[in-house]
Parts: sequence; C-alpha cells; structure tokens
Amino acid sequence: MIEKKVKIINNAGLHTRPAATIVKLAGKYKSEFFIHKDGFNINGKSIIGVMTIAAAKGSELTLTFDGPDEEEASKELLDYFQRGFDEL
Amino acid sequence: MNSRNNVLLKGIAAASGITIGNAFIFSKEKEEISQESIENVSEAIKNLEEALVLSKKELKKVFGLAIDKLGEKRAAIFEAQMMILDDPVLINNLKNRIKTEKKLPEYIVDDEISKYIHLMNEAHEMYMKERSLDIEDIKNRIIRNLKKKKWNSKVTADVIVVTTTISPSDTVLFTKANVKGYVTDFGGLTSHAAIVARSLNIPAVLGVNEATSTIKEGDVLIIDGFHGEVIINPNEEKILFYKNKINELSLYDEKLFKLRDKPAATIDGKEICLRANLDLTKEIDLIFRNNPKGIGLVRTEQLFEEYEAFPDEDEQYEVYNSIAQKIYPENVTVRAFDIGGDKVLPVDLHEPNPFLGWRGIRLLLDNRHLFKSQIRSVLRASQNKNIKFMVPMVTSIEEVIETKELIEECKKELKKEKKSFDNDMHFGIMIEIPAAAILTASFAREVDFISIGTNDLIQYLLAVDRGNEIVSKLYQEFHPAVIRMLAHIIKEGKANDCKVSLCGEMGGDPLAVPLLIGLGLEILSVSPSIVPLIKSIIRKIKYKDALLLADKCLTYSTEKEIINELNLFYNSIIEN
Repeated sequence: MIEKKVKIINNAGLHTRPAATIVKLAGKYKSEFFIHKDGFNINGKSIIGVMTIAAAKGSELTLTFDGPDEEEASKELLDYFQRGFDEL
Repeated sequence: MNSRNNVLLKGIAAASGITIGNAFIFSKEKEEISQESIENVSEAIKNLEEALVLSKKELKKVFGLAIDKLGEKRAAIFEAQMMILDDPVLINNLKNRIKTEKKLPEYIVDDEISKYIHLMNEAHEMYMKERSLDIEDIKNRIIRNLKKKKWNSKVTADVIVVTTTISPSDTVLFTKANVKGYVTDFGGLTSHAAIVARSLNIPAVLGVNEATSTIKEGDVLIIDGFHGEVIINPNEEKILFYKNKINELSLYDEKLFKLRDKPAATIDGKEICLRANLDLTKEIDLIFRNNPKGIGLVRTEQLFEEYEAFPDEDEQYEVYNSIAQKIYPENVTVRAFDIGGDKVLPVDLHEPNPFLGWRGIRLLLDNRHLFKSQIRSVLRASQNKNIKFMVPMVTSIEEVIETKELIEECKKELKKEKKSFDNDMHFGIMIEIPAAAILTASFAREVDFISIGTNDLIQYLLAVDRGNEIVSKLYQEFHPAVIRMLAHIIKEGKANDCKVSLCGEMGGDPLAVPLLIGLGLEILSVSPSIVPLIKSIIRKIKYKDALLLADKCLTYSTEKEIINELNLFYNSIIEN
C-alpha cells in the first residue's frame, strides 16, 4: 500500500471538474484508491463520494493506493494534484 | 358521523365541467416513499437498473442541448451528474442494500443518496450546498423513474386526481389514462395543469390548499369546475343534484353541438376563421367533434415533455404528418419547440429570470441541430400543402432572417435527398414580446402570417409574472395598454398584407371575443373544447356593434371601464 499526503493548491479547490477527473483517472487502475480527510475515508472511484469532500485551497488530504498497479496509479494521481488540477 | 362527509372545499375554477368520481391521491412527496418490504429482490434490482438507464438517457438528451452554452467548467457539472448514474461504488451499495434489507429500491435510493446530501449540507462552503441540490435532483430523477411504472398501473380512467401540483410530464401520464378530473393544492388559471385540463375538457379545481391534507384515497368527490368547488363524500341529495346538473350540461352541449356545421359568422355576415389549439395528439378527436377551420397552434414542446427528451426527426415527422393528414383539407400551424432554459439546464445553473432568458427561438437558434430536425420534419409533413410553421419568442428581425435561412438550407438538403415538401410552406412568428409587437409592420413584411400569443404578451407588457401570486392581480387581460397594443398589431399586420391570428387564452374568453373581432381580428384559435361556445358567441353579435365596442374601449384608460363596457355588451347579446 502506498500512502501520500497532498495539499490543494489551486484557487478554486477540489470543485466538480477535478473531482470528475480524479475519479476517471482512478478508474483506469485496478488498485483501490481512497481519499482521507477529517476522519472520512472516501472511495476515490466514487464520484458521489468525492463530491462530498469540501477541500478549499490549502486543505491537506491523504491518498492511499492498494493493488497490483498502485505505483502507476499513485504517480498519475499525485501528479494531477501537484499540477493544481491544471488550474494554476 | 365521519368528519369528511359532505365537506365542501373551495378553490379556483380552472376548467369547467362537473364530474363525480373516486379520489386518487397522487403524491410525489418524499415522505410517501414506502418502507414496505419486498420479496422479489431480483425484480427490484432489475427495476433499479432500468431506472438508472432511463435517467441517464433523459439527462443525456436534455443536457446535451445546453452543453455548448455552458462552457467547459460548467459542463463538468453535467458530466459529474452523468457519472453518478454510473458510480460503481454507489450502485454496488444500492444493490447490496436491496439484497440484505429487502426494501423497495426507491426507499434504498432515497436513504443512500440522502446520506451524501447531508454530508454536503454540513459543509460550510456555499458551493457545497449548491452541489447538494444537483445530487438531490439526480436522486429525485431516479426515484421518479422507479415510481413511474407503478403510477402507470395505478392511474385508471375513472379516478379524480388529487395532488399538490401537477407538472407537465405528470399531465401526460394522466391524459393517457383518461382521468375524470383534477384537484390540486396549488396552481392557478394559467398553470400548465389548467391549460391542459381546459383543452381536454376535464373539470379541474386548482389552488384548493387543503386538498391533499383533507381528501383520502378512494373518497367520493364531486368536482364543480364552474364554481371551483369540491365536495367530499357527498350525501344522496347532493349526488342527485349534481347528476341532474351533468344531464343539463350534456343537453346544453348538444345544443351547441348543433352549431357544428354552421359557420362562425356574425349576424351581419362577417365570417371569422375559428381554429382549435392542439395540445396533445390525443385531443385530435375532440377537434373533429367540434369541426373548427383547422388547427391554429400545435404546441410541439409537449412532445418533449412526453418523451422527456427531444424526439428525432423521424419521430417528429410521424406526429406532424399524422396531424396534417387527419386535418386535411384544413390546415395546421405547427409552432417550433417553446422550451425554456429552466427545462434544460442543471439546477444550480438555473437562470434567475427564465422568462427573460434562454427560451423559444433563442434556444433554437443556439441549437441548430435540434432546430433543423424540427424544420425538416415539418417540411416533410407539408407535402399536402396544409402545414404552416411558426416560431415563438421572437424579438428581432435578425432572428427571423436567420430562421428563414435555415428553412432554405433544409429545403436544399431535402431536395438533394429527393424528399418531397411544400416549397411555399407558410412561415410565421408568434408575437408575444412587446418589441415584436411594436415592430409588427417590419415583421409583417418578412413573414406570411403572425400569431398573437396573449398570455406572454400581457405578462411582458405589464411586467407581471402571472404565476406569482403576490402580483397576479396585476395581470390584467383587459388593461388599456393590452387592448391598444392588440389594436396596433392587428392594424399594422393587415396594412402589410399579413394574416393576423390570435392563439392565446384570451381568445377563449367569451367576454373578450366581441372586442377582438371589433379590433379587426379575423382568425382565432382556441381550446378545442371551447370552439362551440365561442362560435355561439360570434353568431350572436353584429360586426358593426363590435367595431363600435372596440372604438369605445380604445378610449378608456382603466381596465375597470373596459370590463364594464364588455360586460354590458356581453349581457345584451346573451339576452337576445
């Protein structure tokens, strides 16, 4: 299992468009992907779940990846968070 | 004694007629989601899957229209909604809960998705609350699709529907089932339910407030659509009284029916072209019963409401062609989809002022593909040269020119495809916006005919939302500005050799008819059920008296004076 801490760095935060992209990216991999925030563990392959996360700029989240392709999955998703959802 | 025996409730007399029947409580409220247990789990799961597919189909077609307008960011909202209907985690949870809890799928869907909604509402960010509205919308859509099946089997021909409000798609369901009458808590004379009830000749009492809280399923109801009264569990005496009234009415109808083949002409020989508005394909039988001079208005958005998506070109062609063939040799005027942005945009993108927003021709010109599918299907149905086409919500000449170019483009395509059509199909516009009314002369030179839509024209001219109860009193059909504007449109249209007709609610108001004729109107299109009544009024007046009446009304500066004058006139012709 891989565990990574990420920070939301774009101005608009984790709004609907990045939420949809995250779920789509995660859906490409076999590995399980969870987002942890404020005691909630959200399945990152569930759009309705990810949409319940209120994460403004500056919020910190923990991502966990578990499965055969966890390396690749974590790399691609982490990269997307670090690019500020391509909104910088 | 039962406290619900012989109880009288009062509401708005929205559609005339009297009927006696059993109450069917139609409720879409959340608390009506039953927690009852089920036995057939696989059927429940199948129903859920079907509802998801149906919901996806609806969303795709409806939002597909708006997507170009939304921009990338907002389109993502739509995409996310679509993804929810495919959400593997959510759907697995729903199915597992149905299996283990053995409850109705609508209960499980409501309970499960509500959890997410609560989470969103707990957040402090405003956008999370808006987001929860979208999720609520999705949830209700799935539940509605789950319940649709059940309602279809429960709504039968002999019931009186009792409900809080009726949406356009509900009325489609009821119309198909041939229900006997409507009673609602909310809604007024101009609500969709009222318009449909009138056009189908179904008695309706709306805005009763305590209807759903007082009336119970199966209660015997008498609806008096003339006086806006509902009697719950009436005694023998009352039933006998109303049965007699129903008999008298049918005698009166028969009397009017005798006018069927007589012309709609005044005593002194001025002939008026009296047409019928077609709301639903179903009404067409009623139309033949009353023998109007053709169909002056087909509200095609009704197809959208029935399909809950836009029908494609072939589907539309079938509908228009069948109407045109049935009404031949008379003609039919098809109005392009009059859809508002409020029907095609996701909840949190709803326009603050839909009536001043993206609707009618504006939406159509922004959705060429949809618009062309309609133009092409109307053209194809015009082969017998008895179809006219008009567009709603026109404000400027540019919109007319653009539409005419599209029609030419469609004609060229059809020629290439070797499909036949009427090359001279008449094209017209609705005048419902004051700007278009003022420019009548300019429009009249561009089109073959104009049709006045009084409901919207009055609303826009007086800046009154007729659905807003606080100001609805200011919605004055006989406001002097309305009368003068009508006079202007009719005069300018005729001066430019352009046919002028009127297809709004006003045409079906017995009080208004003599005035409209006096203003020079020669073509009227009204609800099919009211054709005989309007004809009987036309046949009782003298054209020269109507002209004087109109002249007089044009001098007044208050609605009160005008209504007094109209009442005097009306009473004098009724006495004769």
